[in-house]
Order: sequence, then structure tokens, then C-alpha cells
Amino acid sequence: MATLIRSLSKCHRFLHYAVPLQVTRGAKTMANVELTLDVKRRIDNTRQQALLGGGQRRIDVQHKKGKLTARERIQLLMDEDSFVEYDMFLEHNCADFGMEKQKYPGDSVVTGRGTINGRTAFVFSQDFTVFGGSLSGAHAKKVCKIMDQAMLVGAPVIGLNDSGGARIQEGVESLAGYADIFQRNVESSGVIPQISMIMGPCAGGAVYSPALTDFTFMVKDTSYLFITGPDVVKAVTNEDVTQEELGGAKTHTSVSGVAHKAFENDVDALLNLREFFNYLPLNNTESSPVRACDDPWDRLVPGLDTVVPLESTAAYDMHDVITGIIDEQEFFEIMPTYARNIIVGFGRMNGRTVGIVGNQPKVAAGCLDINASVKGARFVRFCDAFNIPIITFVDVPGFLPGTSQEYGGIIRHGAKLLYAFAEATVPKVTIITRKAYGGAYDVMSSKHLRGDINYAWPTAEVAVMGAKGAVSIIFRGSKNQVEQEAEYVEKFANPFPAAVRGFVDDIIEPRTTRMRINKDLSVLADKKLKNPWKKHSNMPL
Amino acid sequence: MVLCDKHGNSLYLHERECSIQRRNQKVIEEAPSTFLDEETRKAMGDQACRLANAVGYDSAGTVEFLVDKHKNFYFLEMNTRLQVEHPITEMITGVDIVHQMLRVAKGHRLLHAQENIPIEGWAIECRVYAEDPFKNFGMPSIGRLSRYVEPLHIENTRCDSGIMEGSEISIYYDPMICKLVTYGRNRGLARETMIKSLDSYVIKGVTHNIPLLRDILTEKRFVEGDISTNYLPEVFPDGFKGKQLSIQENQQLAAMACAIYLKDEERASNFVNLKGSHIPLTPKSKWILNVMIGKTRFEAQVSRGADRLKVTVGDNNFDVKGNPSFASPLMDLSINGKQRLLQVQLRNGGGKYELRFFGTVYPVQVMSERAYDLNQYMLEKKQVDTSALVMAPMPGVLKSVSVAAGDLVAEHQEVCVLEAMKMQNSLVSAKVAKVKKVNFKTGDTVNEGDVIVELE
Repeated sequence: MATLIRSLSKCHRFLHYAVPLQVTRGAKTMANVELTLDVKRRIDNTRQQALLGGGQRRIDVQHKKGKLTARERIQLLMDEDSFVEYDMFLEHNCADFGMEKQKYPGDSVVTGRGTINGRTAFVFSQDFTVFGGSLSGAHAKKVCKIMDQAMLVGAPVIGLNDSGGARIQEGVESLAGYADIFQRNVESSGVIPQISMIMGPCAGGAVYSPALTDFTFMVKDTSYLFITGPDVVKAVTNEDVTQEELGGAKTHTSVSGVAHKAFENDVDALLNLREFFNYLPLNNTESSPVRACDDPWDRLVPGLDTVVPLESTAAYDMHDVITGIIDEQEFFEIMPTYARNIIVGFGRMNGRTVGIVGNQPKVAAGCLDINASVKGARFVRFCDAFNIPIITFVDVPGFLPGTSQEYGGIIRHGAKLLYAFAEATVPKVTIITRKAYGGAYDVMSSKHLRGDINYAWPTAEVAVMGAKGAVSIIFRGSKNQVEQEAEYVEKFANPFPAAVRGFVDDIIEPRTTRMRINKDLSVLADKKLKNPWKKHSNMPL
Repeated sequence: MVLCDKHGNSLYLHERECSIQRRNQKVIEEAPSTFLDEETRKAMGDQACRLANAVGYDSAGTVEFLVDKHKNFYFLEMNTRLQVEHPITEMITGVDIVHQMLRVAKGHRLLHAQENIPIEGWAIECRVYAEDPFKNFGMPSIGRLSRYVEPLHIENTRCDSGIMEGSEISIYYDPMICKLVTYGRNRGLARETMIKSLDSYVIKGVTHNIPLLRDILTEKRFVEGDISTNYLPEVFPDGFKGKQLSIQENQQLAAMACAIYLKDEERASNFVNLKGSHIPLTPKSKWILNVMIGKTRFEAQVSRGADRLKVTVGDNNFDVKGNPSFASPLMDLSINGKQRLLQVQLRNGGGKYELRFFGTVYPVQVMSERAYDLNQYMLEKKQVDTSALVMAPMPGVLKSVSVAAGDLVAEHQEVCVLEAMKMQNSLVSAKVAKVKKVNFKTGDTVNEGDVIVELE
């Protein structure tokens, strides 16, 4: 009887369970009721446990390093109250090495979907507090589930990487897990944007997932990317190198070209990721996103009339041209510290996201080299895959000469940029600001590569090569080369050779560039162009 | 200032107060002077004319005097030409000086008589220089003017400059951007117009001295007219550090930063071509935001009204009206009815802005509650130690390099001389050390921040 009263008072609190007060039923019913309530409690407790990941102590360690926890990062990245978590209760099923005694709900990754400024995105955030964020079969299963659903509905996938690598106790299971993820990276490539934000270690085979994604961002001082760490490097090649030097943010954003940008800390990285996300369409069937714009589309920019110096050998900063043209001077540059002789990034024209490519005369005179070609090519292909129009600013005297470039394969790599522009079927608008010499003229989105609109500024020079070189070949052995140089300059160092043949559509006043591009883009928005059917190309690699 | 013709006639166009100087170069001038009385003015004018007549001077010229606190005046020099600051004299006398100079050169007699040269109203001129006012009151800065909008829409403002948007300020010339001149019926009005003009002046691409100019114009001693040639070192004994905002002013800046941030957030989700499923964000009307101005935090409660934002910071309520558009470099906002001009100097993304308020640029970051809480866990970045480096404080040409690798230098010993914009700068070692490496030689051009000499 005493048990009955106790149970009844418990029932009173959980009335919504609609427990019928059949007092006559006896002890069996009460046991049933207890069970149900017990389960509810277990669910709540497990949920609380999952929220703590590997426990408060490990969370504190993470914070001390200046890093946020997996869930905190998602909170910051996603719109408030928009995150819907999947698989909070999923556990690993490894039974070796005593692992069955250590199970954490959710395992070492938090996955789900949410919105960023109202648009859907799927995210996985690796949890360093659980087994060091290491990948288990369960972890991979969670990630694959959201990647599959993202492909199904056409929404981007964002990976917040913070993991020690494969979970050794799991053995081959974790290798299989990685492969499952890689396979999905490849299938999604070009269908939905995939972004990797490296916010901690990412080593060994794990690095291939970010490498396959469209953009890899890193956090300074706390993130590392390398296949083999300093210890193994020391053991095998006897080189002494720190984690930071081998695979830190500085290395990958300026030396190796693996990462596209580095941010100061976790908070800075996630807030900027939100901004970056705004530039991208959600999938490859959506057109480039357009935002309401305050900046008048037909604004004249008088500063552009004087940006190219009158001496044709003096350098200027192509950034000045770019920021003069785009909306509100907001330019999200990609790889600003790698291959600085070419500038790539996203801006908006009359509210619409556009991809910008421009040679930088201040660095290596704007010549194209191996790194610049590859940097440009990948960016152009991303824009083409996702319906983002491309605006190209040309001031290139040619490809960088030298044995280092030749032995490095500038032939192969330069071909990549040429390939990318030729293949692209998105609207392509090109402006030749000054030099466009030789093969580089062809490569930089020329009319012949299906450039839709090509303009030349009055300072444009389209020629096979510079005057000195040309004269020394054409008039070899001649005595009055200086005179002939002057003649060559007058004949070819101007936009007329290109304009009289229709290789540029018009010679325009620089101040009108913004207005004209905006007009062109609105007409080209309905452009329909397809490449011949093929399983896939054999692009030079 | 004197004006003489070739027929022996001369008159004086009254005085100009040019005491506010740095490195013996004038920064702010005004006409007339707050210090002179009618008697002294006449005495100085007469002396100036007599000097001009004595040497048979014709055309316009300026006799410069030093005046002590007892109103005794002493001859300094005569500039036998039109001076930079002549516009302020033109404004208070109504005389077009250049016109008169041309007439005199042609041989005409002076058009005016002394009795007809009035002092009407007050005029102030600020020399806007391309220099960094935080370094020794003015270290030259170069660059390309990416955005340049003169405040000519303000009445009674005159802007004499030789540049426009896209112009390049280089090391080869004087760093002057423009002579900004304002006029008013009295000194107070001229001063207010000057403040408004400085606030509305958009110059991006070079560092300029508007923060210093603007601060001087509201500084107590200047307002009272208590100025001398020692003004700058006396008022800013540790150098100019930027306008120090009061708590209320900080709160106003925080309130406006919230308005800018919310506009930023709003346009971020203002897509016009979304198709397919998207969950529309429930429009919010209340926020709690954290504004970091430098390292100080201000918590703001914001709510959206019909045509305004109601912001509460600390104990103060602010009604912020106006449209903070990122397309225009100048934001015309009002707080509780009073106009507040703000310039977005830079937008860094992630809620970080550099805002120019009252002339000086402040680094401001606006964060949501959640972002602020999580930001507490972020570590401070280590500052790089630069005491072992001798860096170029400004771009210029190395006039001489007096050390080589292996030399032992004393603290404050000169290592090289850098020349730019009519100025020679002696660069010294910060400590006793051996020279490790010299990266440049005499005659080289260096950029700001270039490491010229490295010490052990």
C-alpha cells in the first residue's frame, strides 16, 4: 500500500503520461509505470551528459587553450535557436582494449543542421573532449548521415575540424570511416559547397577530407594540418621542425597553398565564416545569391581614371581597382598571402555575388607562375560549378620565366588556368587595364575563350610581347632599334590592335566600369551555355 | 598682411593668428587674432606698411611678428609673396588678394583705401596634412586616396586643394592635402562650421591629421583663445593620443555602433532571390549587444522603434535615428535629436569596425551576448618584440647609413637618416647592442615598416 501511494504521488507529477488510476490493477501496473518514468529520466540524463561531451574537466582544458567546445562553436556559427541536432545518442560499438566501458553519447562529433542568416547548412563539429575528437566508426557514421542528407536537399556542408586523427582502438574500422567520408566529399564536389574550418589538430589521413572540400580555413596558433607530424618527420628525415612550422596557419596560407585564409581565434573564425557563407549559393542548381543593395549600380568611380600610372612600368595595386568597382568596397579575398601575384576573391555587384580574378602588378609585375595559375584555376572552377559570374581584371606581362618555373612544370600548371577559363560557362566579363601580352593574354579570360564581354581601358596594351623583345626579334641585327622600338610602341602598345579585330567589345572610360559591368551582368544573368557531354574531362593536373 | 602698388600706396589687410604650429610649421590659422586689440593692430599695420614702403615693395606680402604677453611686438621676417593662409584674410576683408596682385603687377593703383578694409566676421583655416598626428604631432604618410569627398556641401566652407579621389600622395612633395577654411559671423560660428566640416571630410587611403585638428578646435584653451607658439607641447605634453572620449561620448559611440551592426546583420539576411525551402528568420525587435571600444566593454539594450533605435547604455537612453548605409562613407545619424556624423573608416567583418568619431578613429567590435560570452575564452595574442629592429617610421629615402654589421652601437645612437617630404629623420638604436644586419644602403627607398637595421 505504501508503494502504491508513493507511485501515485509520482504519477501526479507526470499526469501527461495519462496513467489511468486503476488502483485495482496492482503491483504489475505500477512497475510498468515506473519503467516508463525511468526511461524518461534516462533520456534526460543522457542528454545532459551528451551536452557535456567528455566532461567539464576536459571542457576547461579546451577553454584554457583558447579553444571553444564543439557545441559552443555550432552555437556561434548558426543562427540563434536554429540548430537541430542528429544522433545525440549514437555511441561507438568498439569492444577492444576496454573501450566498451567508455561510451559517450554522441561520441566524438556533434552533427546536425541549422540556418546561417536564414539559409540551411549542415554541420559537423568534432569534439576534442571525447577521445581527443578521434574518428571512430560511429563518428564517421554520424558525419556520413548529414553529408547524405545535405546532398539530398541541396545544402552546403561545413566541417569544424578538431580531431587527433583515427581512433587507434577502433583499428581498420576508423580507416573505413574516413574512406566513407572521402567518398562523399567527392560525390558532393561541385554539387553543394563544402567548407572546412580547421580549429585544432587535423593529421594523418584525416587531412584529405579538407583537401577535397572547396575551401579550407584555419585558426591561427591553435590549428595544424599535416600528414606526418614532427615526431615522425624527425625520425625518418631527421629534420627538426615544430608543429606550427610544419603545418600551422602561416605555413598553409603562405607557403603550401593548402588553406585559403587564417583567422585570429575561434570566435573570429566563426563570425567570419557566417559572412563568407553569405556569398555562396546553397547548391549548384541555385543561381548566385543576390542581396538588397544600397550602393547605386550606376555609380561613376572617378578615382579609377588615375589608378593606372602614366608610366607603363610603374606598379599599382589591383586591389584599388577591385574595391573601386564592387559594392560597398567589401571584398572577401581568398588566399591573400599565397601567390600574391594574382588576386582572387568574392565581391558583390549590385547585390549579386561575383568571383573576381585579377593580376597584381605590384608582385612579380603581375606575371603568372605555377602557384598563381593553380590558385586562379581552382577558384574559377568553383565559381563555374556554382553559377557565380566571373569578373577578370587583366594586367599581365606574361608567364614568369626561369628554370625554377620550367622545371616545376609551369607548362602543366599554366594550362590549368587556361583550361578553367575556357571551360567556364558562367557569365564572364573581362577588363584589360594595362598589359595583356603573349599567351597570358589568351589565358586571362580572353574573348577567344568564350569571354562574354571584354573591355579595354585606354591604358590597355594587347601585344605578343613588350616592345624591346619584339624589336630585337623582328629587326634582328638592325642598327636603329631604338627608333623601331618607338614605332612598335606606337603601333601596338594600345588597345587598337585588339579593338579593330573585335577581340575587345569596347574601349571604355575607367570611371564607367562599374556601371557597365552591372548592366552586362543583368543581361547575362539569363545566359545559357553548355559544354559537350562527357563523363568528365582530362584536365591537366 | 600688406598690399602695395607701384605708386607708393600701401595698406594693411589686418593680421592672421598663426601660433598653432608643429616643428615650426603652421597648422591652424585664424583671422583676426583673439589677442590683439585695435591699438596694437593699428601699430603693427602701420609698421608693416612703413617697412614695405621703405624697401619700395609692391604686390602682396606678409610681415610676421612675434607678440609677447604684454602686447609688445617684434619683427620676425617678411614673406614677400602670397602665403598659404591668405584665404582667411580674404574672407574677413572681402578682398580678392590674387586679383589685386594682378592689378598691381599691371601697374594699376590700389583699389581700396585703408578705411575701407573692414574686419567682418571670423575665419579659421586648418591645414589638412597627410601625416600621422600620433607620431610627434605629424609624421608624413603616403598612399593613394581611395575615397575623397570634400565637405563642400556645408555652407561657409572653402576647400583649396590640388587633389581628388584617386590621387597619389607621394614622398616627393609637401604632405598637404588641402586648406580647409571656414567663415562665420563670429569666432564661435566659424569654429562650429569648421568642426562640422572636419567631421564630414572623407579621406581614405592616407593617414591624416584631422583627429588632431578637430581635437584642438574643441579644446578649452583654444576655445578661449588662449594660444601661443608653445600650444601643442603644452596642451599635449605626452604627444597627441587621439580624442579622449568621455563616458557619455563613449556610450553614444556604442549606441551608434549598435545601429551600424544591426543594419549589417539585417542586410546580411536580406536575400532577394531565395528559392526552395528556407526558414524565414523571425524578425527580432529586441537585442542585448556588447560593444567593445578598444578594450572597454559597453553593454547595450536595444529595441527597435517605428523610425528609430532605442539604445540604453549604462544609465543613459539614446534615440538613434538615421540610415547607416554602408554605401556612403559618411553616416549622418542623430542621437536624441542632435546630429552626429560618423565615418566607417574600415569594415573588418565579424562585427569589427573602425569608426571615425569626433575626428579620431576608434576600433569598435559589436558582439551578440553569446559571442561575447564565448569570446572570454579567447587568448590574448603575444606582441612581437621590436626593440631589436630599427624600422622606417614612414616611407622615404635613406640619406645616410652610419653603421655596418658587427658594429657596436650605444642606446640612442644614430644608425641612419631618413628623408621624406622636406624632412630629415634621424633613426636611433633603442638599446646597446651589436648590429646584426643592415638591410638597406644610402640612396635606397624604404617603405613604412621596413626593417633597416637589425640588432642582436
